[in-house]
Amino acid sequence: MPESPKPVNSRSLNRRELLKLSPLLAVGAFTIPRVRDPLLTAGVAFTDWASAKWFRRNHLAPTFADSELSPLDKFYLNTYDVDDPEVDLDNWTLTVSGDVKRPGEYTLAQIQSLPKLTQNTRHICVEGWDVIGRFGGARISDFLQYVGAKTDAKFLYVECADDYYESLDMASALHPQSLLCYEMYDQPLTREHGAPVRLRVPTKIGYKQAKYLTSLRVTDVVPKAGYWEDQGYPGYYGL
Amino acid sequence: MVSNSTSIPVASVEAGENQVQTAYEHPWAVRFCHWLNTVSLFVMAASGLQIFRAFPSFGPKIPQHDLLNVPKSLALGGWLGGALQWHLTFAWVYVPTGVFYIAYQIFSRNYRQPLFVRKDLAGVWPMIRHYFFFGRKPAQTEVYNPLQKMAYTSAILLGLLSVLTGIALYNPVQFSFLTSVVGGFHWARVWHFCVLCALLLFVLRHPIMVILHGWNNFTSMLTGWKRNPEYLP
Repeated sequence: MPESPKPVNSRSLNRRELLKLSPLLAVGAFTIPRVRDPLLTAGVAFTDWASAKWFRRNHLAPTFADSELSPLDKFYLNTYDVDDPEVDLDNWTLTVSGDVKRPGEYTLAQIQSLPKLTQNTRHICVEGWDVIGRFGGARISDFLQYVGAKTDAKFLYVECADDYYESLDMASALHPQSLLCYEMYDQPLTREHGAPVRLRVPTKIGYKQAKYLTSLRVTDVVPKAGYWEDQGYPGYYGL
Repeated sequence: MVSNSTSIPVASVEAGENQVQTAYEHPWAVRFCHWLNTVSLFVMAASGLQIFRAFPSFGPKIPQHDLLNVPKSLALGGWLGGALQWHLTFAWVYVPTGVFYIAYQIFSRNYRQPLFVRKDLAGVWPMIRHYFFFGRKPAQTEVYNPLQKMAYTSAILLGLLSVLTGIALYNPVQFSFLTSVVGGFHWARVWHFCVLCALLLFVLRHPIMVILHGWNNFTSMLTGWKRNPEYLP
């Protein structure tokens, strides 16, 4: 600061310095609901965008020893509607559509004909609790190749027997640990855990792990982001 | 304006009939970060408590033993999804404010004002004796006394820890290294909560000390200038 031998007026000095803080008043926008809600939506969208940026395609989620597994009966069931949507397991097929060369109905046997990956990974619920579970299934990337999917499409969109629905960005779907899961703890999926096939994506938060799958669409545009996302939860939520 | 031993700008101002010495203690960047952080820390803490309400435990989900019931009145966001929106939005205010503050302090060399260093150690006990046991007030030679420096330095470290444990919690896969450093996902959650508690202790104590030290002291964080500080001759 320059030397100023002349005494300055205290009041004007203080007023000037105080005014320099006025940009802080912009934070007050968060008190106006009409402005606040779009700002919060934008904040979540920005977080999702940043998370997708720092997602590393080949960085593996930690895996755990069998001794670290949570027992199956301690694996909490979170369903938004019913635990058992009464899927007809004998006649179940997965309806595949969208940007794929071979759309149509796929049976569990076809999914099980693909190489099986079994891993112990951590399942984290958005509420804050977590369990380490053992999941087996076919890699989503193998299945997408099997049906001739256009893997530069942006999303997978899945629908479930309990009317749940989810979207999954393609990079996460192609991750080497992302599964069309049909086994938990080396047993076929129980009805409560999503029989016959669920998503198991260890790079994603719990609500993205849709159960009781009935259809899978490869698409650039999803009709809706997902059941919880449409209530206001983040759409990307990578771990 | 002249420089003194504390190397902060000092001016003479007219106050009514008299002229008094006034010192520019807090540069604009520090005041701006202080008040912006006041808001974002409040939002992060209150929305964090609402997130904690969704599963107020550090144990297993089955059986669930709630640790404490956070009153709704302390929580922001109304429900888990709403609280996450606040938390994930204000993280983008909280973190850049901290980064800007630390960068400013380093490059302006103003960090010497609040940073607690080894030579301050000897002055801590006399200050505690003064505050709590009616001891004689040690002479103040700098803007902050040793105990203040200790408090501010630890608050900034806690801020840093709140961000690191938060990242370990939010992205335990992408930042798996960071998560393992803090002891895994469970411990990240415990530490994140402990850091909040420690920050709240600071935040509750801070205004008490400000009130005890008077209006002149309080306004210096608004205008930067403090009239007749005791460390000036």
